[in-house]
Amino acid sequence: MQFIPQNEYIEESIKRHGRRLDYAERKRKREARQVHKDSQFAQKVTGLRAKMYNKKRHAEKIQMKKTIKQHEEKNAKQKDDEAVPEGAVPGYLLDREGQQRAKVLSNMIKQKRKEKAGKWNVPLPKVRGIAEDEMFKVLRSGKTKSKSWKRMVTKATFVGEGFTRKPPKYERFIRPSAMRYKKAHVTHPELKATFCLPIIGVKKNPQSPLYTQLGVLTKGTVIEVNVSELGLVTTGGKVVWGKYAQVTNNPENDGCVNALLLV
Amino acid sequence: MADQTPENVIAQFVNEQGEVLHQSLSVPANINPEQLALVLNTLLQQEVIKQIKYTWDQGSSLVKTTEYQEIQKSLVDDIIKPGKHSTEETFKIVYRPQAVFRVRAVTRCSSSLTGHTDAILNVAFSPCGTMLASAGGDTTVRIWDLNTETPQSQLKGHKHWVQHVAWSPNSKYLASAGMDGMVIIWEARTGKQHCIMRGHTKWISALAWEPLHLNPKCARLASSSADGTIRVWDVVHKRMVFSMSQHTAPVMCVKWGGDGLIYSASRDKTIKVWESTVGKLVKTLEGHAHWVTSLALSTDTVLRTGANDHTGKIYKDESEAQKRALERYKQATAGKPERLVSGSDDFTMYLWEPSTNKKPLKRMVGHQKTVNHVAFSPDGRWIASASFDKSVKIWNAQTGEFISSLRGHVAEVYQVVWSSDSRMILSASKDSTIKLWDLKTKKMKMELPGHADEVFTVDWSPAGDKAASGSKDKTLKIWRQ
Repeated sequence: MQFIPQNEYIEESIKRHGRRLDYAERKRKREARQVHKDSQFAQKVTGLRAKMYNKKRHAEKIQMKKTIKQHEEKNAKQKDDEAVPEGAVPGYLLDREGQQRAKVLSNMIKQKRKEKAGKWNVPLPKVRGIAEDEMFKVLRSGKTKSKSWKRMVTKATFVGEGFTRKPPKYERFIRPSAMRYKKAHVTHPELKATFCLPIIGVKKNPQSPLYTQLGVLTKGTVIEVNVSELGLVTTGGKVVWGKYAQVTNNPENDGCVNALLLV
Repeated sequence: MADQTPENVIAQFVNEQGEVLHQSLSVPANINPEQLALVLNTLLQQEVIKQIKYTWDQGSSLVKTTEYQEIQKSLVDDIIKPGKHSTEETFKIVYRPQAVFRVRAVTRCSSSLTGHTDAILNVAFSPCGTMLASAGGDTTVRIWDLNTETPQSQLKGHKHWVQHVAWSPNSKYLASAGMDGMVIIWEARTGKQHCIMRGHTKWISALAWEPLHLNPKCARLASSSADGTIRVWDVVHKRMVFSMSQHTAPVMCVKWGGDGLIYSASRDKTIKVWESTVGKLVKTLEGHAHWVTSLALSTDTVLRTGANDHTGKIYKDESEAQKRALERYKQATAGKPERLVSGSDDFTMYLWEPSTNKKPLKRMVGHQKTVNHVAFSPDGRWIASASFDKSVKIWNAQTGEFISSLRGHVAEVYQVVWSSDSRMILSASKDSTIKLWDLKTKKMKMELPGHADEVFTVDWSPAGDKAASGSKDKTLKIWRQ
């Protein structure tokens, strides 16, 4: 049972006679004692009451932390309002809408050096290994289907322009036309925009050189895309034609090729 | 028999105003421009008391239709063979004097100056041609020593990107203004801050000093801002003189003319002409259908350089410099009112003669995208325009006729600048290159790659020996021959 005053006589009395002289002292002590009391209760309590108590305590703690944080923010030195934003543009380019501005991509020497080393700093550095039996399906041939030298690629592939299939006798690897891709959705990391760009070729499939040769597009494959419509230029003032991009999804599952441009 | 060309033809030299120089004389039909120039120079030495070296620029056969034909190879090849003019009649050959000095083309990058920590938005050579100022997104203005091509001073004071720097015509002060709406005047030699002038509520787009021949102390400065006002400041008393606020949209460009007029171009599609002593609106030039982005005066170069001419003479006192500046101004205008050209987002340019007429002289069409920058050649005969359609176009500044289109950039052209002898143009582009164009052949003379990113600004020293460019890649490059 909690004591509930029936009228406002307490307030009235305080107003009339004031508080006890040691009121503040007693209050401080009581509050100081309260945490110990709470602790004892928390240790002793069991069952449903414990559940309810802990829930209440949890909410209180969250509230407390929030309040502390607010105070800290108030006390902390305000973030510099006069910070100068990045990416200065001259007055004649200000307020022009639809202008996406990205850094001109790497210079040619760097690009060439990278190409030579065959190493790129790529967004997906590690890929899951794909075993040959997952990559290829064995096709049996011969009159009695006893020969099994033919393979069908079960992944998405890029097949160059003007490719004609070899005669069946010599065609060891079949790349199904349903799984061929000509375009990729390439995201420019700085522009934060995605473009549907034609694929020029498969530069490297990290799984194996054979897959590179076959033009297999798996996650992590570095492809070359035609970026001429992006209007990027080199330091020499020429329009960049081909740039590398890395495939970021599993095209065989998704039905499209998503890639990230390597800048 | 009829197609046989005679050996000699009767020719007459006429200047641009149509005045005949000399009585008709017989010249060989296969005379080439160099020989014509020789003849002309000899004639002029006799006729004109003050000796000026006139070189041959353009010849023409002035038929009744006043069709001009440039003489490239010789009189026979260009005019008689194509049957442009009958050999029976007198050939009227129009001559145009060219600059007596020649600027050598800039061909190489002599230094890449790093220091700015953000894109460089504006570079400007001092009128005397000994100092270079650059302003950038890192809120600083830097002055570079051109003899050693090293940093001279770093001017800190702005709080936001610095958009524009302007040298006073006596090279004593440097004014800078930017996104923080402040104009700061610096003492150029010492790099000390002279004064800060606050008042604009939005960013400042351009600055213009009062020409030297109107005020030898270079005491006043106009600034145009995005808040729609143009303010005129007094540098000596460090205060605002008056504010002109008739524009209803951001003012993008301001020019202080040599006849005591201030011209301003705004995004409210108008150009306004103000009187510069009290700030009264004189005229409103209407015609553009979209933002007016850029203005150029036929006297821009002479107003910018003041008393400094190609001889590099130093004047003892202000009045002497003023006298020389006035003399140069009069020589440049040749008694005619100054002309104004405006470039706009509506892809056109207009040629105006603001002091006489509020109607345009000519509407110049041809660009397929925004005209970002226009510039008069120093001799006031040509106009170059830079556009986002990747081309630079050359126009006749007398009539506004289209002359030629200079193609070669693969991205938007941001700025153009003339060499001080009016024979070459530099253009800065988004494709990270600068290209040098020759006016005579109307072809690219030199390609200057080297910047790693968009080139925002370019300037050619009035002395002609150096050019400077500032880019988004944070470097400033100095180019020389």
